[in-house]
Amino acid sequence: MTTPLLPDGLVAVVKRDCPTCVLVGPVLAEVRDRAAEPLTVFSQDDPTFPEETGGAHDDRPLDVSFALELETVPTLLRVRDGQETARIVGWSRDQWETFTGVAGLAAGLPDYRPGCGSLTQDPAIAAARATREGEQQLQARRLTLGDQEDDAEAMYERGWSDGLPLVPPTPERVVRMLAGTTRDPQEIVTLVPPDLVECTVEKIAINAVMAGCRPEYLPVVLAAVEAACTDEFNMHGLLATTWFSGPVLVVNGPITRAIGMNSGINALGPGNRANATIGRALQLVVRNVGGGKPGEVDRATLGQPGKYTFCFAEHEDAYWEPMHVERGFAAEQNTVTLFAGEGIRGVVDQISRTPESLTRTFAECLRSTAHPKLPLAFDAMLVISPEHLRVYADAGWSKARFREEVGALLQLDGADIVRGARGIEEGVPEAFRELTLPKFRPGGFLIAHAGGGAGLFSGIMGGWASGTVGSESVTREVRT
Amino acid sequence: MTTLLDPTSERTPGTRERAPRPDSLAGTTVGLLDITKARGNVYLDRIAELLAARGITVLRFAKPTFTKPAPIDLRHEISTKCDVVIEALAD
Repeated sequence: MTTPLLPDGLVAVVKRDCPTCVLVGPVLAEVRDRAAEPLTVFSQDDPTFPEETGGAHDDRPLDVSFALELETVPTLLRVRDGQETARIVGWSRDQWETFTGVAGLAAGLPDYRPGCGSLTQDPAIAAARATREGEQQLQARRLTLGDQEDDAEAMYERGWSDGLPLVPPTPERVVRMLAGTTRDPQEIVTLVPPDLVECTVEKIAINAVMAGCRPEYLPVVLAAVEAACTDEFNMHGLLATTWFSGPVLVVNGPITRAIGMNSGINALGPGNRANATIGRALQLVVRNVGGGKPGEVDRATLGQPGKYTFCFAEHEDAYWEPMHVERGFAAEQNTVTLFAGEGIRGVVDQISRTPESLTRTFAECLRSTAHPKLPLAFDAMLVISPEHLRVYADAGWSKARFREEVGALLQLDGADIVRGARGIEEGVPEAFRELTLPKFRPGGFLIAHAGGGAGLFSGIMGGWASGTVGSESVTREVRT
Repeated sequence: MTTLLDPTSERTPGTRERAPRPDSLAGTTVGLLDITKARGNVYLDRIAELLAARGITVLRFAKPTFTKPAPIDLRHEISTKCDVVIEALAD
């Protein structure tokens, strides 16, 4: 849509669907016959209009009107060397006579009539135009389906799906998705494993469309992809492992409210579009851009349903500071934290009303992460519910105090965890018998707060090979 | 008629020929790569014993962690020092 070259002289833009334009139809014929310079007329909706000038140049595509940024028709311009030098809008006899240099115009007409809105001001037309322009910037290969081809089936056949239906990534939808970020569609965000291919904002937007995201989720998806593809998070290994884990996304900051994420009832379950589709978009990027597919590089023995999507917002209006603040960000910053987690399992304690007792419950349950006799090897995330957190709030236990107390209870006695101890062959080598080892490495125990207001239950998700051996949790700020 | 944008990397994986297999290990240097999974050393120790008994030169290597691809320097070192490599994928 290049800017059309304007002819020198007078240029008028009109539309039939405008009473003022109809009124000035004969005036334009008069100007054409009597003015010292040539007149060119463009019509936005009907090239046979105005009949008095024998029709007009066809501007139904609105290329001229958009190029001129018209707000009103009729608009009369003066053009010199292809450039606009002056314009008037609507109908005013005095203005038109001065502008055209033709005296005594249109004797029978009223002196003044306001113009009408240019078609370029129609929001639907403007949006469609922006989409067409955006589509021309897209670089991804276009696949044209046959008339008889079912689009849902076509996407399955090409191997793009995780097994669930996808939203067809049409150019129009991808352009709308890209409006969710200020980043250049061709910016390379990262290298996506396992194939380590350069991944643009556009490719992520395509996968976000397929996942079912709205454009306002795209910045979170971009941050999640960035976090996943760091050496610390080690998405390659997480994908390839025979273990259950996949990326679990915890989103923090005001954006969670702005885009309507769920941190309350059923926060880790279905029913919320943002929660469901942001996590899925990351998985689809790994699958489609990175080439990581189950049964190929994804070697999971059993896998788990959280590998379709596992994303939730933290409930931040709470007694304990939220996860991103604990990890060094400001409360008003938007972040996404990735944890290499397995599925959630429940912790029930409906009796404890003291933090001492409840902390012992958590310690007992956390100890069994991966295996009760394995220290340091696996991380964990505790998702504490409102009713459990209230026990700590009522007693004035800070998050730091809880960490300290639960950490003390998770010191494992070597004699109890060596291979063969307690009749179990699994365990640490005999050389560790005299040592005391913590269940979790420093940084290997995450705490999030989410859930509905009723239920003295919390959740634990085990991690994967921890830290530099496997995966380190990574937090990234969400950029616009 | 629907137009869709390709969500993939738009690349087709290349295929490479396998390195030619030696007819015999006599006179070769064999690299043993431990990916550092639990008990991989048990397997490789035994392989090393058996190879040494046949008078074959054995070099031992280990990945820093089993969860990540072998560093490029390590791959380069193995390829320049060894004729054959045996990798232990154990648990």
